[in-house]
Amino acid sequence: MKRVITTFALAAAFGLTAAAASAQTLNTVKSRGILNCGSNAGLAGFGLPDAQGNWTGLDVDYCRAIAAAIFDDPTKVKFVPLTAKDRFTSLQSGDVDVLVRNTTWTSSRDTSLGLNFTGVNYYDGQGFMVRKSLKVNSALELNDAAVCVQQGTTTELNLADYFRANKMKLKTVTFASADETTKAYDAGRCDAFTTDASGLYSERLRLAKPDDHVVLPEIISKEPLGPSVRHGDDQWFDIVKWVHFALINAEEMGITKANVNEMLKSENPDVKRLLGTEGAYGEQLGLTKDWAVRIIKHVGNYGEIFERNVGQGSPLKIARGLNALWTKGGLQYAPPVR
Amino acid sequence: MSVAQESIRDAGPPKVSPIRDPKVRAIAYQALLCLIVAFLVYAAARNAIVNLERAHIASGFGFWDVTAGFDISQTLIEYSAQASTYGTAFWVGLLNTLLVSVIGIVLATILGFLVGVARLSRNLLVVRIAAGYVEVIRNLPLLLQLLFWYNAVLKALPDLRSSYDIGGSIFLNNRGLFFPSPIFHSGGKLLVGALIVALVGSIAFRIWAHKRQERTGQQAPVLWVTLALFIGLPLLVLLSGELSVAFSYPEKGRFNIRGGVEVLPEFVALLLGLVAYTAAFISEVVRAGILAVSKGQTEAANALGLRQGPTLRLVVIPQAMRVIIPPLTSQYLNLTKNSSLAVAVGYPDLVQVFTGTVLNQTGQAVEVVAITMAVYLTISLVTSFAMNVFNSRMAIVER
Repeated sequence: MKRVITTFALAAAFGLTAAAASAQTLNTVKSRGILNCGSNAGLAGFGLPDAQGNWTGLDVDYCRAIAAAIFDDPTKVKFVPLTAKDRFTSLQSGDVDVLVRNTTWTSSRDTSLGLNFTGVNYYDGQGFMVRKSLKVNSALELNDAAVCVQQGTTTELNLADYFRANKMKLKTVTFASADETTKAYDAGRCDAFTTDASGLYSERLRLAKPDDHVVLPEIISKEPLGPSVRHGDDQWFDIVKWVHFALINAEEMGITKANVNEMLKSENPDVKRLLGTEGAYGEQLGLTKDWAVRIIKHVGNYGEIFERNVGQGSPLKIARGLNALWTKGGLQYAPPVR
Repeated sequence: MSVAQESIRDAGPPKVSPIRDPKVRAIAYQALLCLIVAFLVYAAARNAIVNLERAHIASGFGFWDVTAGFDISQTLIEYSAQASTYGTAFWVGLLNTLLVSVIGIVLATILGFLVGVARLSRNLLVVRIAAGYVEVIRNLPLLLQLLFWYNAVLKALPDLRSSYDIGGSIFLNNRGLFFPSPIFHSGGKLLVGALIVALVGSIAFRIWAHKRQERTGQQAPVLWVTLALFIGLPLLVLLSGELSVAFSYPEKGRFNIRGGVEVLPEFVALLLGLVAYTAAFISEVVRAGILAVSKGQTEAANALGLRQGPTLRLVVIPQAMRVIIPPLTSQYLNLTKNSSLAVAVGYPDLVQVFTGTVLNQTGQAVEVVAITMAVYLTISLVTSFAMNVFNSRMAIVER
């Protein structure tokens, strides 16, 4: 038995060898001419292809921002749709260069899974959605309920913890993809549906009668969502991290898609350093002097990305809340460029 | 002349250099191949280990004893998110796979034989219906069928509040089928004992009846005796008053039904899909097996005055079995392996639980996938070993 296991372990390991061996992700991406980005296959506001195959969403725009910083062309991204359960294997094995798929940053994922989280592009928390006809006003009334949940998520674990902590009984029904989970909930298989609060709002739009469902007020966990890369390539880790910081800093300095060209003439030293009119901060990252200009020119700053995809400019109409800049009472904060 | 002949005899086989000796060559080639394979395996292993280490990805089987922390909807053994380990989750998944496979194999065999025989019927309508079933089911992808069954099962059933209710103790709704489960306070062992006695008794009677029939030609009512044993003995236990049984009745709660035995809609959908699909293939195997028995056999049986039923049962099927069993084995293996499509309908089988959630939570793809493959390999090898034993017993014994 042991020998059989070993043999198969070796066979399975074959797949891991090719890509993990190359630490120079930036060079690989440059020579390939396109960025492979692990995305959600269908979560409105975060990652969703439309009928023409154009991807939109907050996470999608992060992929585009990275591509813009490298190639000065936000279209040089190949979006690889991944389920929650397959996403880490895909990143570990080198199928994708970066994973931007509303993924919660946890200690075990950061360590034993061999990933590095580069920041938090959306502060989220887990919530519940139920039918209005159940007349449930609080998640604490859900004792004995059947709950539909997607497999391979922190949600699955938080759910068990929350019900145990509140001494409630639970029946979970687990599905591999968000699509199947939502469908089963819609078909009445479960009393409640649980995922990150942002996900609840966007999945609700896909139900047959969205107005018959209500999101409960409780947020039962911390879900800091962010991009992640493989261990072992610090340069690539820095690039993905600083693309995020550039987007935040740009919003803080008031640099937008529309005014970025005028801002190049700005005398403000912070703006000059970010936009590369002073110093060589882009080169230090392994990119060009105008890396931040490229990002802002093509996708805008963090605030613009937020409003366009999940905020007031979108059907989701999610308030900034925790995701407002630190200067406006939120948590989004970026170290300075200098 | 004679000298020349002797020298030829002494020389024996002609001497060739080892390089040209086919025997030596064959061994050398095989040794070379083994070396290459061994090197490839070694290189792959080395490469994987180095890469896993470089990426600081955890490896080894230490995760087995770590608390799982997630719930599973159907557990045949005791399992809880807080107290059980990934190892227990593995066994839960494995048992769920075995459950659906064993029940699926039994039902698919029954349905497959019925349809296979029906296709050879003289009734045109029966033949057409059976043929239509086989052609439709066999030519659609199984995954699609599972999704169809799942949606058909879910959509056709009412929700909890308006569930079908039989006598207030059996409920059917889109959360599953619920019926009372017996709880034995005393006499449970007696009942099990009675059933074992009935089983042993009926087998012994069958063997005795068979021998007597071979010796004297007299037939014994095997079916009736078996039924009498299986019903009579437990009834005796019941009447003796030793048995005290309580039932755990399912009860409607605010959201769900608690207590009793629960059959999940996911399980039913998966079972229906697997049975319908595999039965279509089995029916073709059965049809081919029966057609492989020459017509002369049936005619000879008819000439001896056997009616149609006994002809099929005693003459045709036993000979057809020799042709049927080997391909039937691969259908059984297919059904077991196909049960891993459970992941699409949310049934917690081995693949869904272990290579799904456990793999994702631990991130140890190599170990988890390797264990899963080893398990499926073991199940398949055991199944085919059992079927080979059965096959050798069914083979024609020359008398």
